[in-house]
Amino acid sequence: MNTLSKIVIPVFVIFVIFYGFKHKTNIYDSFLEGAKEGLIITFNIFPSIIAMVFAINIFLDSNFVPFILGIFQNFFELIHIPMEIMPMALLRPISGTASLAIMNDIFIASSPDSYVGRLASVLQGCTDTTIYVLALYFGSIGIKKIRYSLAVGLFADLVGITVAFLITAILF
Amino acid sequence: MVNVIWFLLIAIGIIFSFFTGNVDTINNSILNNGKEALDLVLSILPIIVLWTGILRIAEDAGLLKRFAKLVEPLLSHIFPDIPQNNKALGFIASNIAANMLGLGSAATPFGLKAMQELQKINDKKDTASTPMITFLVLNTAGVTIVPTTVLALRIAHGSANPSEIIIPGIIATFCSSLGGLLLDYFIRKRRRV
Repeated sequence: MNTLSKIVIPVFVIFVIFYGFKHKTNIYDSFLEGAKEGLIITFNIFPSIIAMVFAINIFLDSNFVPFILGIFQNFFELIHIPMEIMPMALLRPISGTASLAIMNDIFIASSPDSYVGRLASVLQGCTDTTIYVLALYFGSIGIKKIRYSLAVGLFADLVGITVAFLITAILF
Repeated sequence: MVNVIWFLLIAIGIIFSFFTGNVDTINNSILNNGKEALDLVLSILPIIVLWTGILRIAEDAGLLKRFAKLVEPLLSHIFPDIPQNNKALGFIASNIAANMLGLGSAATPFGLKAMQELQKINDKKDTASTPMITFLVLNTAGVTIVPTTVLALRIAHGSANPSEIIIPGIIATFCSSLGGLLLDYFIRKRRRV
């Protein structure tokens, strides 16, 4: 599986270049045009990234999430959900780096092959950072009114997280 | 909506830290924040620039149109509002394919290009169109088949069977995508009536 994902990119690049060459496209000029466009895109998303990193970091550094989770601790223990996993489940839609860091901590504390370790692995792989993707994609084209997109995105995350809990409990 | 999220994240963070006496941490966080954002942008900049370059070759050579035509029968059910043979379909399909293979960073440029194409056929430029939202849902649900980062970390921490989480992961990611798409579908249907 790992070799497959390593092969994909080089094969894709050679295929595109070969195809362009064969169809007598000026591939070098096209590349430069596209690269210039990429610079403009990055330039356009910079403000929304700064804004989001700013807000997310303040939120994370305030330790508000552990505080909230502490209140519900008894409830989670009652339904047999390991406490270590909750910050990760809660932060997954907000920050990819934060949830990855928590997963790393879990691996160190209880090994990747423990129940929590497996649960963390499935969680990390099953959803993406909704709020980041939303800010990035909509920010890049200047969308201000996002309508119901956040609700649906978070709902998908919730489904993914719930299924991750269930499937790990059943399979392992 | 982004307004509210942004306000809540900052307000909760700062007010809570005042109550718990964590002002120092927040102070540092605010001051160092900008650098972290810059690092993030700098780390994705070369990938975006490179891939938009490669993608432009595919676009100019007509490869993307052909790809869009190929995946259209599949995607037209999920995206009924995108006109036939629109380049957006090609970008969307490429984005999903890259996500599936766990090439997250390569998927982003495809996604950004898809959004640009969708914006061209959007009536209200400041408002998200229905295909945009559907695409976003598909993207945030993140149909991942090979979670490369997770596998790498599991191997690094000495897992006996690093890839055992792939199948449960696929099931979970499939359910979250399906859940998101279904909710999106029902909202669209209700609004149209």
